[in-house]
Amino acid sequence: MNLPLSAQLIHLLAAVLLLLSFAMLAQRRVLSLVNLFALQGAVLVASTTIVAHSSGQHHLYYSAGLTLLLKVLLLPAILHRLIRRLEVRWDTETLVNIPTTLLIGLAVVIFSFGLAQPISQFAETITRSTLGIAIAMVLLAFLMMIMRRKAVSQVIGFLSMENGLFFAATSATYGMPMVVELGIALDVLVGVFILGIFFFQIREQFESLDLHHLESLKED
Amino acid sequence: MPEPLTAAGLQGVVGIALAWIGVGILGLLRPNHVGIVARLLFPAGALLGLAMAVVAFTALPLPAQQMVLPIGLPDLPLHLRLDALSAFFLVLLGSASAAISIFAAGYFREGEGTAPGLLCLQYHVFLASMSLVLVADDAYAFMVAWETMALSSYFLVTTQHRIPEIRRAGFVYLLIAHAGALGILLSFGVLQGGSWQFTFDAMRGAALSPGWASTAFLLSLFGFGAKAGLVPLHVWLPDAHPAAPSPVSAMMSGVMLKTALYGVLRVSFDLLDQPLWWWGAIALVLGLFSALYGVAFAAVQTDMKRLLAYSSIENIGIAFTAFGLALLFHCFDMPALAALALAAMLYHALNHAFFKSLLFLATGSVLHATHERSLGKLGGLIGRMPWVAWLALIGTLAIAGLPPLNGFVSEWMLLQSFLFTPQIPQPFVNMLIPLGAAALALVAALAAYVMVKFYGVIFLGQMREPQLAEARDCGRLERLGLGVLALGCVLLGLAPGWVLGQIDPISQLLLGNGLSPAGHGIWQLTPLSAERASYGPIVFLLGAVLVVALTYFVVRRLYHGRIRRAPAWDCGFPAQNARMQDSAEGFGHPIRHIFAPLFSMRRQLPSPFDRNPRYRVDVEDRFWTALYLPLARGVERAAEWVGRLQQGRIAAYLLYSFLTLTALLVIVL
Repeated sequence: MNLPLSAQLIHLLAAVLLLLSFAMLAQRRVLSLVNLFALQGAVLVASTTIVAHSSGQHHLYYSAGLTLLLKVLLLPAILHRLIRRLEVRWDTETLVNIPTTLLIGLAVVIFSFGLAQPISQFAETITRSTLGIAIAMVLLAFLMMIMRRKAVSQVIGFLSMENGLFFAATSATYGMPMVVELGIALDVLVGVFILGIFFFQIREQFESLDLHHLESLKED
Repeated sequence: MPEPLTAAGLQGVVGIALAWIGVGILGLLRPNHVGIVARLLFPAGALLGLAMAVVAFTALPLPAQQMVLPIGLPDLPLHLRLDALSAFFLVLLGSASAAISIFAAGYFREGEGTAPGLLCLQYHVFLASMSLVLVADDAYAFMVAWETMALSSYFLVTTQHRIPEIRRAGFVYLLIAHAGALGILLSFGVLQGGSWQFTFDAMRGAALSPGWASTAFLLSLFGFGAKAGLVPLHVWLPDAHPAAPSPVSAMMSGVMLKTALYGVLRVSFDLLDQPLWWWGAIALVLGLFSALYGVAFAAVQTDMKRLLAYSSIENIGIAFTAFGLALLFHCFDMPALAALALAAMLYHALNHAFFKSLLFLATGSVLHATHERSLGKLGGLIGRMPWVAWLALIGTLAIAGLPPLNGFVSEWMLLQSFLFTPQIPQPFVNMLIPLGAAALALVAALAAYVMVKFYGVIFLGQMREPQLAEARDCGRLERLGLGVLALGCVLLGLAPGWVLGQIDPISQLLLGNGLSPAGHGIWQLTPLSAERASYGPIVFLLGAVLVVALTYFVVRRLYHGRIRRAPAWDCGFPAQNARMQDSAEGFGHPIRHIFAPLFSMRRQLPSPFDRNPRYRVDVEDRFWTALYLPLARGVERAAEWVGRLQQGRIAAYLLYSFLTLTALLVIVL
């Protein structure tokens, strides 16, 4: 197998993305989690740029720029500020311990690759083989949201899921139309702001960001 | 589309319905002023009822009139149609409601829960919605009117909403009414047969396979049966009728139950083009069972309005029996017998509207005069309330099926159609029919028994409580209402030939043939042929009058001057009091033993040494414990089970999303 350099680079970056997803799954320090998220965004920017360059899809440059601005610079900065003001440095014990979570994540990755196989045969992009990794990123982020207790970690999981979707779009069809991408970017930004407000409300109400306090809201 | 020749009758019906609503709204202007509401608005409503009866009666022999009103949702105008079947039931509605409204004018007083003005609105909206049900010609108009009818009657039932039992009765009524409405709605959904046109015209034209037609029939039987109180959907009836004020009970039992009969006739004879014979068998069996069940329960009741409510179940059962028989004969191509059974059903519906309304209103007068509903505390009222007692006697005799009153005519015609059954080409049905005739005879006899109990315990004998001596007879308006209904019972009994002639267009419409023309003399009623059976009510009446007069004359003449007045025979025990009379429980005792498997009873017997003995027996409906409670518990359990999904943990909710996503992905690929 003799792939062109760009394709080899993309594969490498995809592998790095998957690795970062696992790292996020295992990381319990919230600040490191944000850093990992920023790093994931940076790798995503790099891979998108390479795809744009090698396939000649110019609109992907804009996508990459947008991602850089939003997910590498702006959102991590906001999250850093939030965390500092809320003083949540550590997530408490996860629902399932970390090694088990990683094992489940492994199963999820295998599942995603099985899932991606038939789809990627229809795609005509040079990046089609990375589709499995993209789906795995989405599902791993989902898994992280399930396993965490602190609201901040769940928001990071949510954002990371969006990264996965973006990567899936790039690898399957060279990205989504610009309008859709702009819309999603705006959604994510607004979502983070609203969730930030919620954090303060939740903390004010329960004096903690631990989500199990919300269980008391259930009607009996 | 051919323009209808004239729709004057239909316009009249719609106009009267709107006027009823107007009268109701006027009641809101002075909601707490009993004088205006009772002395002005209810008589106005009664006049409108009379007008309705007249308008509908003139439309009875005319061809169908149609009208499209551009109201309602956009592109869904209301289709209305007035044909002989609608007209017949409108006559029933108009005449019965006229009498009931006049009675209500004298009946409603202050301080009975809902304000009189509001009651007036609910009552007249109820009337208007019933008349719209009868002229609706598309599923939308029908369902809107049907639901309005259910809701307005719900509010009328819960007039005294401060009493928890009444709220509960209203809730059960509303629940079953809605379950039934759902059945009707689904039935219409099947009936449109893929054309997605919900006018009745389109349903008439839709060609349904036998399977779908049967589905539609069974759904409509469920839906209309729930409204009519067919066993086992009857449980709301004995609770709701006693809960409502008496004019409302009379209206619900006398008129509203008939809209269900109208609906079932409309669906099975008009909208479904080719009925199947086993539909008739089902209706027949259900009807007979309801009749028997209702009458057996009526025999053991101790509350006078509950007794009448169970008697309504019995009468509706008889009507359904006649309906099933008509359907059977129609399917086996026996037109004369089908027409006879159909006529018996319609006649019985009309009769029931009169005598049952009369009896419910009479119980209302008794209730107002004595504040007592329990039979065990009434008695001897004929001396205090002669008007109510004598008018109620006519209703009692009519419902007991005694000639020459109207109850006899319809039951006799139904028995005739049972007995003259020639060979039906179905061995199973052939075996069923004689059994049915026997059951019907049993029901008629038991109904007479029940009525002896009803009348005897309330009006005859001695007063069981001292305060009954203060009971006053009812006022003039109430007498007028009762009198009109009693007159109706007598006239319907005396002129059956004429009535049958008037309802002939219905069987022409539904079956394509009428009754044999031989039968409609003034003097004589001959359903099939003169050799077999005929009935001359006037001859009978003259004969009865003659015999009574002769006896009276002979007794007076021969024994005159030798009449001895002495206390009644006291079995050698002179210290008798009112508590030694036969009680309602005692009178129903044999029935309770004979039909013991039907009831579930809880008895509390006093000890012989008790100074203050109390005897208490609660008769419960087995269907309630065996069918409804398990159903309710099942629903509750299912809801609890589903409720377990709600954990209150975000992680769990996310997990649900995750698993759903995974499952969907697996399915897609």
